[in-house]
Order: sequence, then C-alpha cells, then structure tokens
Amino acid sequence: MLLAISASLIVILVLLWEVGWPVAAEKIARWRAGRAIVEIEGYDPGRERRAEQRARTLLRSCVNEEEWAMYRDLGFIRVWGGLSQGPMGDRDSRGTTYAYIIYPHKPIVAYLPQTRRLLSEYCVAFPDDTRPYGSARLPDSDDVLAKWMALTGDERRIIATANMHLPGRQVDPKQIKRDLWRLAKWEQARLREQRRGAGSVPAP
Amino acid sequence: MKPGHGEVLIAEGDVDVPEEHDELVAAFREQLDAGMWAAVPRATPGGRREAQMVSSFDDVPPDADRVIFFPRAAGGQ
Repeated sequence: MLLAISASLIVILVLLWEVGWPVAAEKIARWRAGRAIVEIEGYDPGRERRAEQRARTLLRSCVNEEEWAMYRDLGFIRVWGGLSQGPMGDRDSRGTTYAYIIYPHKPIVAYLPQTRRLLSEYCVAFPDDTRPYGSARLPDSDDVLAKWMALTGDERRIIATANMHLPGRQVDPKQIKRDLWRLAKWEQARLREQRRGAGSVPAP
Repeated sequence: MKPGHGEVLIAEGDVDVPEEHDELVAAFREQLDAGMWAAVPRATPGGRREAQMVSSFDDVPPDADRVIFFPRAAGGQ
C-alpha cells in the first residue's frame, strides 16, 4: 500500500515538473530580462522628459479638448474612421462606423465601437533617420500626434503605408477590451459631469 | 518634431512680407526634401479638430498659423 502511494506520488511529482518547469523557467527568464540594465548610448532621461513635456504641449494645442482629456486620463486617443468602405475595404465593415485607438509607440488598432469587435492592427512608425540625439524615436506624445495628424489628414495613405496585422499580434486584445471599457466609463462620467454643469447655476 | 527634443521652431514670419515669405517657402521645401511630412492642424466648421496634409507651400491655408513637420510614416514591425 505504502509502496503504491509512494510510486503514485513520484509519478505525480514528475508530471508536475514536466508541465510546470518550462512555464517557471520562462517566467524566471522574463523576470531577469526585466531587471537587466540596458545601456542606451546617449540616452539622457532629463532631456527625454523635457522633450515629452514639449510634445504634450504641442499635442494639446492640436487636438480638441475631449481628445486631450482622453489622452491625459486614459493614455490613448480615439479617432473616428472616415472611409466609407471601412479601414480594411472588405464587405463586412462597409458602411459601418469604426474607429481607431492610438497608443504611443504601439500599433494603431481599428475596431467597431458598437460591438467593440477588434478589426486589425496597423503597425506604423515615424522614424527620424537623422537621429539628432542618437535615437530615431519620437517622444510618446509626438508619436501620438503624428498618428493623429496622419489619420485625420490622410487616413487612406497612412493605412496603406502601415503593415496590417490581425488583432493581438502586438497589443494584447484583453488590454484593448479593457481600455474600451475604461473609455466607455470615462465617457459616461464625462457626460454626467457635463449634464450636472449645464443644470447648475454658477455662483455669483 | 524631433526625437529627444520634441517641438523645434524652424522658421517664422509673415507670408505677406515678401522676404519672409521666401524664407518660409525655402524652409518648407528644405523640410520636405529631408523626407518630412507637413500638416496644418485646424478646426472644422462642426467644431472637430483635424489635420490637413500639405505637400506644397501653396496648399497651406492662408489663415494657418503654423505648419507641423514630422517624420514620414513607415510600416512598423
């Protein structure tokens, strides 16, 4: 009896090891990679912070008040699509209302607001090959503004330039769904606030 | 827009002053020749904000107060 239980325990332990070790090894490797110090030549955190401050000021001066508040509070901007045949030009999305979510330095994500169905990811970058400070990467808010200008100014061209992928290639669909949920809550709260403001009389 | 810096003023002037107009045109061409895209942020009659992409100085609306240059888009990874 004892022998049978011991053998069973050993088998269970071996099976658990076989299943659990690759997962644990990957997590350890990721944790180590996350803690590793990566030297970037010429990187100056102070300069980058000042650049980001300037970029935020520029972004704020270009987009409307709602878009700015959305970026400030949620970290992304929604832009409504304007192509009548939809972003992918397929029959399913023809004539439907669609929108894009713009994240800094992540692909633009197209989705259907009514159903929150994700349509596609558009991988696009704005590299400055002159690398004035050793990097070709724009500050976060400049990247968002570049995408916003390209989408609102010439949606067809930016979509044609970008590499299109199925949702989930780079941006976790769970994160986008969560962000869309946050956006809905944010808009509801904002609407309530506006109604309250419209119904109240300012103090003398 | 510049990596590591953000907004940089390239040129400013009054398009109605001939010398300044020429300077602005030269600066505009220089940026486009360097491979930048140019856009003019503007408000639509409906109150929305959007950008107008411009590829020549003549396309810049007369009432525009600025043109923003940013690196040309490329397909990302």
